[in-house]
Amino acid sequence: MFDTALTTADFVFLAKGAGMTIVVTIISVIAGTVLGIVFGVIRYQLGAIWAAPLIFVLDIFRSIPLLIQLVLANAFMGTILRLNMSGFTVACIVLSMYTAAYCAEIVRGGIEAVPATTRRAARSLGMSWGQDMREIVLPLATRVALPSWIGLALGVMKDSALVYVVQVTELLRSTQILITRLQEPLLLLMICGAFYFVISFPLARFGGYLEKRWSND
Amino acid sequence: MFNYTFQWKQAMARLPQMLDGAVVTMQVAILSMVLGILLAIILTMFRLSGIRILSAVAKTWVEIARNTPALFQIYMAHFGLGSFGLHLSPFLSILIGITFNNAGYLTENFRGALKAIPDTQTRAARSLGMGAAGAFRHVVLPQMLRISFLPMTNQMVWAILMTSLGVTVGMNTDLYGVTQDLNALTFRTFELFALAAVIFYAITKIVTLGARLIAARLFRY
Repeated sequence: MFDTALTTADFVFLAKGAGMTIVVTIISVIAGTVLGIVFGVIRYQLGAIWAAPLIFVLDIFRSIPLLIQLVLANAFMGTILRLNMSGFTVACIVLSMYTAAYCAEIVRGGIEAVPATTRRAARSLGMSWGQDMREIVLPLATRVALPSWIGLALGVMKDSALVYVVQVTELLRSTQILITRLQEPLLLLMICGAFYFVISFPLARFGGYLEKRWSND
Repeated sequence: MFNYTFQWKQAMARLPQMLDGAVVTMQVAILSMVLGILLAIILTMFRLSGIRILSAVAKTWVEIARNTPALFQIYMAHFGLGSFGLHLSPFLSILIGITFNNAGYLTENFRGALKAIPDTQTRAARSLGMGAAGAFRHVVLPQMLRISFLPMTNQMVWAILMTSLGVTVGMNTDLYGVTQDLNALTFRTFELFALAAVIFYAITKIVTLGARLIAARLFRY
């Protein structure tokens, strides 16, 4: 009744694609978060006027399609700088910057959510700026920022489906290759979609739970 | 500085073609946004209806739209529907894909907005003799749209950016598709895509600024 040409080898091929999706996502999210925290703190410390160049640059990453960012970065590295960079490296660099651009906003929002009076109290007690940041701002801002950060990380995982454009074979790309060969689009797309869903759904739920639990009202 | 000669003139010569592409991009984005808002309102009504099947439909729609890549949804519209014998043009596939995505995210935004509207308002409207539908339409809906205006603007920007995915299902009339075709003709990859990037940036800035002006005009008290 139900037969398919899908073999075990094809499953291994899909699994490799899924592994690539996860590897690219983890690298980009870690690098992007570190950069995003740095940018976010700088953005907060300098204020809207002095940080204008930074705001502008980060805004670019949020206003241009990721596909174009990837193509441009690839062309820039390959034909202009003539670096022999693999598509994987380019994909990670672009996705990290993309993550950092969004993360900086989340970090700034988190820092701004810490009441100024609390921070002044900390400084009055003799804490240095660094201590204030670590002991007061970090724990309080995390409560505000973590749910959005989970959303961002999941968004990056979903957007990593676009790195096929720099010749990285991630899950959706390997699905498409199999579709071309087996001509069974529905089944293959279902498998691929289910994979994304199984990873994304529980984490999104967890983020929603944290948001509800940690909100003040 | 670089061992590379930039050929901006060649890219600039193609600017009219790319602007035509930008018009198509805007058409897709605006259409998908309008349809997305309408669908999201319907899904919100499904959610509030209290009928189990309808709210399950709304819930499934939102969770699938939010937890899978937009590219996957566009593939689904193109290849997935195609396997049921429904072969859509690239324009329709991308439109359906993005509309599906928009509707899911907007329903979630509306859910957040509804939390800010006190239940007592609906009850007051009902006590005044309005039907459930009338109370939703005249009391809840206008406030809901107003509260979620900013998220809607964000979604509009995403819709514009998402149109670039149309190229994966063979769309070649939108800004990204046109750029890709020109790239195949001239091989000035960097120049052409940089120009496309500038156009995309300008469009998103115009949209967000325009939305801010509209909001200032519509929502002053």
